[in-house]
Amino acid sequence: MRRMLAAALLATTLGIPPVSAQPRPAQEEFVPVTDAETEQLPAAPLVMSAYAVAWLLIFMYLWSLGRRLSRVERELDELGQRGTPKGR
Amino acid sequence: MRALFLPTILLAAVMFVAAPWLIDGAPTESTMGFVQKIFYFHVPSWMVMFSAVFLCGIAGAIHLFKRSAAADRVAAASAEIAAVFGIIGLITGPLWARKAWGVWWQWDARLTSALILELILIAYLLLRRYGGPGSEKLASGVALFGMANVPFVYWSVNVWRTVHPKTTVVPSLGPGMRGTFWWCSLAFVLLGGALLAARLRIERLRARVDELYLER
Repeated sequence: MRRMLAAALLATTLGIPPVSAQPRPAQEEFVPVTDAETEQLPAAPLVMSAYAVAWLLIFMYLWSLGRRLSRVERELDELGQRGTPKGR
Repeated sequence: MRALFLPTILLAAVMFVAAPWLIDGAPTESTMGFVQKIFYFHVPSWMVMFSAVFLCGIAGAIHLFKRSAAADRVAAASAEIAAVFGIIGLITGPLWARKAWGVWWQWDARLTSALILELILIAYLLLRRYGGPGSEKLASGVALFGMANVPFVYWSVNVWRTVHPKTTVVPSLGPGMRGTFWWCSLAFVLLGGALLAARLRIERLRARVDELYLER
């Protein structure tokens, strides 16, 4: 049992792929397709997603900053309204 | 600082409004095609990130050696800005890579070191948030590690074999791409500066609140 565990650990460390990760058998023939263009990945959705994500993150951060700023300003006002500190 | 915030953010907003037209008008890259247009937001976000990490590291070192509370506030504010822009870079990059390289992610030197840099910044922020009293000094040490990592991230594409474009891409940009790139970069720098000013104001007010509580 200990030997098997050691062998498994060694195989993982050396990067030997497990049986399920073995490559598929070699292809014996090529089958032509007629709609190959539809397989191509369109760039526009990726570009739009990149710009949308960037803006979403910037606006989320701006919103978070505004919320934190108003909270700390409110706290400062409350402390100011309570009057001068003791011993002053 | 407060007086500069409004004009800076307004100028950045005007520049960002004009940016889509400039990006649309910029020439399409010959090998990558339309997806290369992500470049105009991806690289400037890393520029702001690297600058903020440097600021965080320098401010952290000043805090560490001179015990300056003001420097510590600058470090905390700039770490957060760096983390936000780093996330933008780490999300826009894979969206670009999916089309250009056929994969979302590649464990090469540039991408891995950039991810490590982002993790260092997240570690810094977590340390400050949950580290308890005295964690500012430990966090300053982490900030120094983050700053030391920046040159490795930048030069990694020139030293190790990687699929990521090299640093020579920006200086060699054609006229149509160059103007758009620097326009977007300036907009990002202005936005980063304005956000940093706002974040610093929160830190300063928090310090004032703490002082008032201690005086009572």
